[in-house]
Amino acid sequence: MLAGKPDPATGKPDPNKLKAFFAAHPESAKALTIIKSKPFSSGFDNSTFNSLNSFRFINAAGTSTAVRWSFVPLDAFKPEDPAQSANTDKNYLFDDFIARANSGPVQWRLVLTVGQPGDPTDDATLPWPEDREHVDAGTLTIDGIEAEAPGNCRDINFDPLVLPVGIAPSDDPLLSPRSAVYSQSFTRRAGEKKEPSAITPSEVQK
Amino acid sequence: MTTNQQQFTVSMRFFHWLVAAMVLTVLGIGVAMIASLADYQWLVSVHRPLGILILILVVIRFLNRQFSTMPPFPATMSTQERFIAHESEILLYTLLFVQPLVGWAMLSAARYPIVLYGGLHLFPILPHSVMLYAALRKAHTILAYLLFLAFIAHFSAVLFHTLVLRDRLFSRMAPWRVAAR
Repeated sequence: MLAGKPDPATGKPDPNKLKAFFAAHPESAKALTIIKSKPFSSGFDNSTFNSLNSFRFINAAGTSTAVRWSFVPLDAFKPEDPAQSANTDKNYLFDDFIARANSGPVQWRLVLTVGQPGDPTDDATLPWPEDREHVDAGTLTIDGIEAEAPGNCRDINFDPLVLPVGIAPSDDPLLSPRSAVYSQSFTRRAGEKKEPSAITPSEVQK
Repeated sequence: MTTNQQQFTVSMRFFHWLVAAMVLTVLGIGVAMIASLADYQWLVSVHRPLGILILILVVIRFLNRQFSTMPPFPATMSTQERFIAHESEILLYTLLFVQPLVGWAMLSAARYPIVLYGGLHLFPILPHSVMLYAALRKAHTILAYLLFLAFIAHFSAVLFHTLVLRDRLFSRMAPWRVAAR
């Protein structure tokens, strides 16, 4: 985020800072290549959301299995229209999703990918082989939209290490730092004076 | 019954050294964990149960103290010095009791699961309030500093008595038997 900060003079990130960042972090450069190799979707409604981090599922016998999960959309994939990114309205992804959700339920399948011994769990930039077993674990349905309010998503810490019995963290080095940083940001947010949501209820009802 | 007792009872001394070791450990873990990234998870997972264990031991220790006879202060200690010693003892017991409670309370107010080990969780002791959590989180840090300062003062006083006054004050709490003389 620091490397990509727009230069106030040009309004764009400083290319030298970005080059230095990717030189210092080759794993990020590699991940970016993977990300850019597939087309982006047209919006949230037909996007796949991936855990990136691996977790371990532990059964009653104590056997531990590496798992990654994805939310796979039921809406058919639509590639991003180049005209969209030219859109000057920066909220278009959210406005599009509000319109979609208000016209009917939006659904994703929770798909668990079962890792095999040897699959990397400590590197979120490395995909697992395509032929790994997939388990359909259920369907997520979004059937309404609200503006942010106390309790619905505000004032909650989405800590990846708050896990139910039976799910444990993997050796992914990202998990502990995420928990550490989220804890501090949550503490700061928790102590702030609470304001009404910047998004009014009427804006999510159209 | 007259007694030549120069030391605290065996149980009192046992609790003193056990709790001292645990408190220094939990303080060190606390300092390390809030500055760490990779080690945060395992440090906080030790910090929580250790804090609760200290809470339990401090209660037992206090009850044990109430039913124990105290050794006398060194004859050389003035009234004011004895008063300070007694007050700082009260302060330390209070800090040791309140701090883990504040930790338990702050996690309760934030509605974090209060994991001791595996599926063993503690119940929340406060209603859900993130503002309360933020205040208690700050209090937890302040109390940690106070505990550390109290420890420094306590340790300094013991050093002063032992090395400067040479009044054998340390014998009262020494983990080994000291013959009365």
